[in-house]
Amino acid sequence: MTMNFYAVRAIYVFEMARTGRTLWQSIVSPVISTSLYFVVFGAAMGANITEIGGIAYGAFIVPGLIMLMLLTQSTANASFGIYFPKFTGTIYELLSAPVSALEIALGYVGAAATKSIILGLIILATSWLFVPLKIAHPFWMLAFLVLTAFTFSIWADGFEKLQFIPMLIITPLTFLGGSFYSINVLPPFWQTVSLFNPVVYLVSGFRWSFYEVADVHVGVSLAVTALFLVACLAAVWWIFRTGYRLKS
Amino acid sequence: MQPIISINGLSKTYATGFHALKGIDLEIRRGEIFALLGPNGAGKTTLINIICGIVNLTAGSVTVDGHDIITDYRGARSIIGLVPQELHTDAFESVWATVNFSRGLFGKPKNPAHIEKVLRDLSLWDKKDSKIITLSGGMKRRVLIAKALSHEPDVLFLDEPTAGVDVVLRKGMWQVVRELRASGVTVILTTHYLEEAEEMADRVGVIDKGELVLVEDKAALMRKLGKKQLVLHLQDKLEAIPPALSNYRLSLSEDGRELTYSYDTQSERTGITDLLADLSRGGIRFNDLHTIQSSLEDIFVDLVKSDLVTPDLVTP
Ligand SMILES: Nc1ncnc2c1ncn2[C@@H]1O[C@H](COP(=O)(O)OP(=O)(O)O)[C@@H](O)[C@H]1O
Ligand SMILES: [Mg+2]
Repeated sequence: MTMNFYAVRAIYVFEMARTGRTLWQSIVSPVISTSLYFVVFGAAMGANITEIGGIAYGAFIVPGLIMLMLLTQSTANASFGIYFPKFTGTIYELLSAPVSALEIALGYVGAAATKSIILGLIILATSWLFVPLKIAHPFWMLAFLVLTAFTFSIWADGFEKLQFIPMLIITPLTFLGGSFYSINVLPPFWQTVSLFNPVVYLVSGFRWSFYEVADVHVGVSLAVTALFLVACLAAVWWIFRTGYRLKS
Repeated sequence: MQPIISINGLSKTYATGFHALKGIDLEIRRGEIFALLGPNGAGKTTLINIICGIVNLTAGSVTVDGHDIITDYRGARSIIGLVPQELHTDAFESVWATVNFSRGLFGKPKNPAHIEKVLRDLSLWDKKDSKIITLSGGMKRRVLIAKALSHEPDVLFLDEPTAGVDVVLRKGMWQVVRELRASGVTVILTTHYLEEAEEMADRVGVIDKGELVLVEDKAALMRKLGKKQLVLHLQDKLEAIPPALSNYRLSLSEDGRELTYSYDTQSERTGITDLLADLSRGGIRFNDLHTIQSSLEDIFVDLVKSDLVTPDLVTP
């Protein structure tokens, strides 16, 4: 079986063009939110918490902030990408095209992930205006960025079809996932609970790539992220293969 | 020659339990224009959507040019173009972008020259940079046709392509379909406008309540079921049909100047000779005459008149 690469490209280009049309909304709003987070967390809380693990609080929250944006934006983009054709009825064309579930997912997820990665980098640049940053492992920083963007684009893509509301789950998971604190400051019981939150591993690994400090070992972070990616891929593959809720 | 589409024992039961198709067997010949006629809810769209992969079949099988639509869906779908019944279009994309998207989706490399030709043929070239949302309904319909033709399909499905399209545009679309057939494309269209089937089709299939009632060459169908009428323009007004002619199926127009005789083209004797002899015997003279062939519509109404109510039959 050969891949229909033209179709993957067509979906990707089409989705990126849609992103391009709404470029300002897509960039301005996260940049403003990021700045607000810096004002609220950095200035207000930073007055009391000066540093965590030897890192200035303002700098400490940057990786968490990027992750928060990455997760919410990937989720929103990917689920919107596949929801839209269903809403307008243009999904008839996807269903009647010689494309596999994998190719459709690649196109949509690829575009959503690309947009998230660009956003992540923009937020990173914005952060630089507020706090001095150091990135110890740029390669791993990018790896986590890309991996996370893809994983969450995939999960949104899949779960939208199961009619879940990913946003409702994502936001609390991120806030409780050590984005703005180290889970080491929590009582032991809550530390254990936190370990069931996959976002903890993403944030921890991502932060390690900046400052070489982590709540959990970076290897564990990487493994959990990869596992999560595989699980999401499997779910999306199953949903498309069975035509779940897409076909009558 | 091997048929381009073979449908065998195709049935569809929707999740609601509704039996939309009941064991359809049908073969579409290579290069023909096939018109699928039937009242609303007959199952036309369901049949097309199954072949195109939008609806799952319940039983039976379909092959398109030898490719099974399930086990070899890539082979089947890549040679099919579909123009759906509903105007499902993008909104903010340009005509050019959406048509090129379709070509890519169907696995074809870019070919601006082909897309340009398609848009020109459909009189959409000057709209190529317009956002789809700014186009009229008729133009959107043509955009959908352009999308379906963007990847050079061998088989084109047109699901009620001219519903709600004005007469001039409809004629233009027929022209496009004729040119497609001339270039070897097989066209399957469903329609409410019987005039359309009559004008365009090589063969006609009539579907009613999920069953194929009849499949026939259009010409043969019209010959077989067609009634003809002989209309005589009388020289002198008649008040009523003379009793001597009461054996004939005659009707008199209100102004008393036209006498219409209905006869069956199939019967051995049409009775025309006798009628004319009786007329001259009765001193009824006429200065002109012509015949009318019954339309496909009359035939169709005859066929499905079992369900006397066919309010969905729209004639332009
Ligand atoms: N998704 C669906 N679920 C249940 N019933 C459906 C569905 N789609 C169509 N039907 C029913 O199947 C019948 C055939 O519909 P359709 O194929 O659209 O007819 P046509 O195109 O000939 O007007 C109709 O009675 C319609 O209500
Ligand atoms: Mg229909």
